[in-house]
Amino acid sequence: MDSNNAPTDVAISLRVNGTLRKLDVPPNVVLLDALRERIGLTGTKKGCDHGQCGACTVLINGQAVNSCLALAVVHDGDDITTVEGLARDGELSPLQQAFLDHDAYQCGYCTPGQLTSATELLNNDSVGSSDADVAEAMSGNICRCGAYKNIRAAIQQARGNPGLNQS
Amino acid sequence: MRTFDYKRADDAHSAVNAHSGQAAAYLAGGTTLIDLVKLDVMQPERLVDINRLAYDAIETTAEGGLRIGAMVRNTALADDDRVRRDYTVLSEALLQGASRQLRNRATTAGNVMQRVRCSYFRDGVSPCNKRVPGSGCSAIEGHNREVFAVLGTSDHCIAAHPSDMCVAMAAIGATVHVTGPSGDRTVDFLDFHKLPGDTPHIEHELGEDELITQVSLDAPIDGSGSTYIKLRDRSSYQFALASCAAVVALDGDRITAARLALGGVGTKPWRAADAEAALVGQPATREAFKQAAATAMQGATPYKHNAFKIPLARKAIVRALTDAAARARGDTT
Repeated sequence: MDSNNAPTDVAISLRVNGTLRKLDVPPNVVLLDALRERIGLTGTKKGCDHGQCGACTVLINGQAVNSCLALAVVHDGDDITTVEGLARDGELSPLQQAFLDHDAYQCGYCTPGQLTSATELLNNDSVGSSDADVAEAMSGNICRCGAYKNIRAAIQQARGNPGLNQS
Repeated sequence: MRTFDYKRADDAHSAVNAHSGQAAAYLAGGTTLIDLVKLDVMQPERLVDINRLAYDAIETTAEGGLRIGAMVRNTALADDDRVRRDYTVLSEALLQGASRQLRNRATTAGNVMQRVRCSYFRDGVSPCNKRVPGSGCSAIEGHNREVFAVLGTSDHCIAAHPSDMCVAMAAIGATVHVTGPSGDRTVDFLDFHKLPGDTPHIEHELGEDELITQVSLDAPIDGSGSTYIKLRDRSSYQFALASCAAVVALDGDRITAARLALGGVGTKPWRAADAEAALVGQPATREAFKQAAATAMQGATPYKHNAFKIPLARKAIVRALTDAAARARGDTT
């Protein structure tokens, strides 16, 4: 489309990790790019950019969402939590600590998405307590290093479940 | 991603107005649409955001069914107590679709409107009658294994309908509520999706600028049991090779009602009415289920890489009927 009829920017505000952020974005900017390129929070990662890998997962109003498929303009007024918002006052969240305890990563690229997805599960009774339930609920987060067993164990620790296959 | 104009609608009327006279698309959860705009397979000049429309409730109907708002997310629908209890097949189908993140955003209406997963449709360049009418079908002589159909195909398109939710709705019986420039109307769920025939680019019954507002489910069949069996290349986050939604009601061990719909094998959510009719009055035995499975797959057309789907679908049908009948008996499975 030529510049004469390029869509105008839209003024939106997002509450990101508790801080109100006002920005003007073209309609075709996805939340992932708004967070990384405009707000400067690069913890959230771009993997496939098509909703298949889960590296870009953030919490929107408490729910895990692929930020690569979410237009920023749609989320005007929403509450966004990225991986940078999980620690409080310099203290790792219990889930982050569990990832450390269980060595739940190798290269770490998928970890921000794993952590945000798993954060949604912590107080969610609709997801059962077995290892299989956790694996199913986390299947939208791909780990090419294959750290799944330790990721599952970390999540089970943070959820207070012993799990069947402790590492 | 290409640029487009953006309008946020507050109600259905303003949504339809914003859509009218434009190369526009309604934007719900966006899990299909934004993906396909990024791939340049869909090229809207305007997106009309319907996420704030007040179609976000699940209500009980006077007929004893449920009316589901277009914007109810797949996660919320799957977790609803009434859906889990009275429409187990629907909850199970939803939870076996996509990933948790996608289900958190994907909506009821968006799931009905999702596009096929054919790689030739999605690549944006191969001949594809759905994307560029008259350009040919690359799948018929190409790689046609995972997401390609054996029922309802034509010489112009063999892409399978990808939805799990829609297969459950086809089995349950449902009505699509629509609004548009000339008012409100309803479409029987089984008529909503179209066979490809020689116009595979026409996928559904919606007219120009029309918008889905709700989907209502028929009342559950008294005393029935239901389930959704999905067979795929990996056990989560994968499209169906073959799937089956089954609802069975029994009197003693005799089948009084049966509903059967198939996914992964049909070019639309595939209701197997002949197989259902043959089941009624029969004893709920493996033999009867195998006969129903054979009937359901009788008209199937295999392609080079997906012939295995025909016996696979038969197995899914037998398994789903067996499990649904067990639930109708009250067995705890």
